[in-house]
Amino acid sequence: MKLAICAGPATTGKTSVLRHMIRKLQDAGDQVAFLKIDVQFAEEDEIFAKEFGIPTRKVYSGELCPDHCNVMVLGDALQWAEKSGANFLLVETAGLCLRCSPYVDGGLGMIVVEATSGTNLPFKIGPMLSLADVAVVTKIDRVSQAEREVFRSRIQDVAPNVKVREVNALYGIGIDPLVDALHNQVDTWDKMLLRGNPPVGTCTICVGKKEIGWQAHFGVVRSLENQNFYRGE
Amino acid sequence: MINTITILGGRSRSGIPEAVERIDLKMGDVVSIVGPTGSGKTTLINDLELFADANTQTGRRVLINGERPPLEYRDNPAMNPIALITQHTTFLSDLPVVDFLTAHAGIRAVKKSQIDEMIQKTLDFANQLTGEPIVLTSRMTELSGGQTRALLIADATIICNTPIVLLDEVENAGINRTRAMELLREYRKVFIFVTHDPRIALLSDYRIVMQGGSITKVLYTNEEERVFSLKVSKLDDLLSAMRDKIRFGERLTTHELEGLA
Ligand SMILES: Nc1nc2c(ncn2[C@@H]2O[C@H](COP(=O)(O)OP(=O)(O)O)[C@@H](O)[C@H]2O)c(=O)[nH]1
Ligand SMILES: Nc1ncnc2c1ncn2[C@@H]1O[C@H](COP(=O)(O)OP(=O)(O)O)[C@@H](O)[C@H]1O
Ligand SMILES: [Mg+2]
Ligand SMILES: [Mg+2]
Ligand SMILES: [Zn+2]
Ligand SMILES: [Zn+2]
Repeated sequence: MKLAICAGPATTGKTSVLRHMIRKLQDAGDQVAFLKIDVQFAEEDEIFAKEFGIPTRKVYSGELCPDHCNVMVLGDALQWAEKSGANFLLVETAGLCLRCSPYVDGGLGMIVVEATSGTNLPFKIGPMLSLADVAVVTKIDRVSQAEREVFRSRIQDVAPNVKVREVNALYGIGIDPLVDALHNQVDTWDKMLLRGNPPVGTCTICVGKKEIGWQAHFGVVRSLENQNFYRGE
Repeated sequence: MINTITILGGRSRSGIPEAVERIDLKMGDVVSIVGPTGSGKTTLINDLELFADANTQTGRRVLINGERPPLEYRDNPAMNPIALITQHTTFLSDLPVVDFLTAHAGIRAVKKSQIDEMIQKTLDFANQLTGEPIVLTSRMTELSGGQTRALLIADATIICNTPIVLLDEVENAGINRTRAMELLREYRKVFIFVTHDPRIALLSDYRIVMQGGSITKVLYTNEEERVFSLKVSKLDDLLSAMRDKIRFGERLTTHELEGLA
């Protein structure tokens, strides 16, 4: 089984990119399964099942961090994909938690960002970008060459080792190198690990204490003036 | 060193093979692409910009010096030989002009010490094309349509300094076309204009004619057109002088056309 995990802010073109990848994989005779992870609404699974006749599923992460939810269900998902006869599993995730990375060490980590999102975006999306293998830049048909070049160099400033691929996901231009990268990906194995260090766990607000002000909380807390510090035993 | 770009014909919108099977564009060529709206002009320059390899809807292929362009063109912006300025291109970044140009020049420049000079040259070039001068501290998103187009052309010519520049219908953008043609002719590049403008078309070495998504013929500017182009330019200048008079609240008289005789 070969695995790709595709993350990125909403409406950047994840589904559009994956659509072209699925088409090209099918053309090459590959069997693809698709999993969509979102917080509370998604229909990509139904769309792709209809469009390509492939096995698809979706999971709503609800209260869990969507990136962590992805890691929780991935073991089951790989087994499900295997049982459905697929040799490729493509996962689309919302990537809303900008502290976590949704990528695992045995899968191709793809972040999809849009060239139209402004030159500072690469500085704002943390491990979702820096821990990816490929940064796919969509909507290049909408911006000038000059801005495209500045955008790309900002990505490389934050993530010098991430490969940048510019695509027009409407027409599927520039998708071939992504499919090649997936073909060259190692096969998944049993005990794969989440990439990067998860952020400092939970705080007392996460577990339901609603008082305002750090004085009412324990564990890792912070004040306006200080960085995070530890309060309690 | 790039010497030629080749377009290998694909198929029209209805799937018929293109009448023109091959066009070789050489350094120094000024080329126009003409044809009615919807005939596929923009699609053709997108093919060029993407180095189409039978992977776009037209099936065309683009070669550089007779060969498939190397992948580095896409991987390393400093290697990309093509700059594209589209009809609708606007800036999305709200950085001040000077910050944006510094960032862009920083990517393209060979030496750090050249950056300030490049920015000044770019600004001077742009300000020759536009009525209202661009101020370095204004935000990119505040520029007018004409200023934006002028800055894009200047950026492509001086900062990108790419050997190939594609311009999609820049004539409607409120820039000084006469000055643009003069300035651009000073650089040895391939300039490709998508245009409806007789002046730009006749000042080109040849024009690629499109219909129904396909290239139907290539017309070289002939001697008669070359001579006539002087008159066309004159007429065009008279028209823009009249436009200016209207703008500044003056009256027009029948004398306006006397220069034509
Ligand atoms: N112009 C342009 N539009 C795109 C491109 N990629 C995606 N879109 C459009 O952006 C919107 C969101 O795309 P989608 O793939 O659903 O984004 P997702 O939310 O990240 O899965 C859709 O309307 C797409 O048609 C692109 O490369 N160019
Ligand atoms: N050879 C072709 N095959 C299929 N579709 C084409 C072809 N050439 C152009 N088109 C389509 O025709 C439409 C109009 O083309 P466009 O390049 O925008 O025309 P123009 O710039 O001349 O107005 C576009 O939707 C484009 O995708
Ligand atoms: Mg989607
Ligand atoms: Mg057009
Ligand atoms: Zn998280
Ligand atoms: Zn919390």
